Amino acid sequence: MSLRSPLGTAKGLGSAKDGLHHWWAQRVTAIALIPLTVLFAFQVALLSMSDYKTVIDCIGSPWSSALIVSLIVAAFYHAALGMQVIYEDYISNKAIRIGAIMTTNLMLFLLGTAAIIAVLRIALGG
Amino acid sequence: MSSNNRPLSPHLDVYRLPLSALLSIVHRGTGAFLSIGSVVLVWWLMALAGGEASFASAQSFLGSFFGRLILLGWSFALFFHLANGIRHLVWDAGYGFEKEAVEKSSLVVIAAAVILTLAVWAAAFLFAAGA
Repeated sequence: MSLRSPLGTAKGLGSAKDGLHHWWAQRVTAIALIPLTVLFAFQVALLSMSDYKTVIDCIGSPWSSALIVSLIVAAFYHAALGMQVIYEDYISNKAIRIGAIMTTNLMLFLLGTAAIIAVLRIALGG
Repeated sequence: MSSNNRPLSPHLDVYRLPLSALLSIVHRGTGAFLSIGSVVLVWWLMALAGGEASFASAQSFLGSFFGRLILLGWSFALFFHLANGIRHLVWDAGYGFEKEAVEKSSLVVIAAAVILTLAVWAAAFLFAAGA
């Protein structure tokens, strides 16, 4: 016999009520990434045969580095949100699912931080 | 029993996916691929930040056959995900759900992904300055 009330068993189940924020953040980062990815892809393509000095100057110029840092923030946030949805759809075991989401978030955070530090070093000539 | 008449979900191993369903799963696939592929971007930026020598070795790897193969897959995945993502945003706004519209936009997405990929490689090979 359980001493817990039916209400106590039911509380805490169901939605966490923050799904809309996830959905919305995915769209906002997607819209930001439309110009940012296209600009960066063509910038890198045009620099593909340039020497070190030219690449450093171009990537590290104030506008360029600001756009690349924005790209990194939006892209890694977007990636974390998207990978979470994929795990939630395909991994039914709760412990493995939460572990996968956490690991991915931490990895993407580390990669994003590393990328931002690299761009700052390039921009500030460290 | 009457259970034989129940509708079945498609048997995925013998069922030919409609184009829109194929693009849907490829959107996820390219998204996951780009998440993993972000390592290449981070590594390239770190190499550039690391100085002339590390940048030269990164450039020589990316310029090799294998490096270019990775970049080709990377760029196509990026532009496919971009084009199909824009289609998703249009759907989110409530447009383009009719069957004919979906079939047409599927072709537009594939064409846009191919054209953007060709354009960025043309930019690299035809218009990039210096050698």
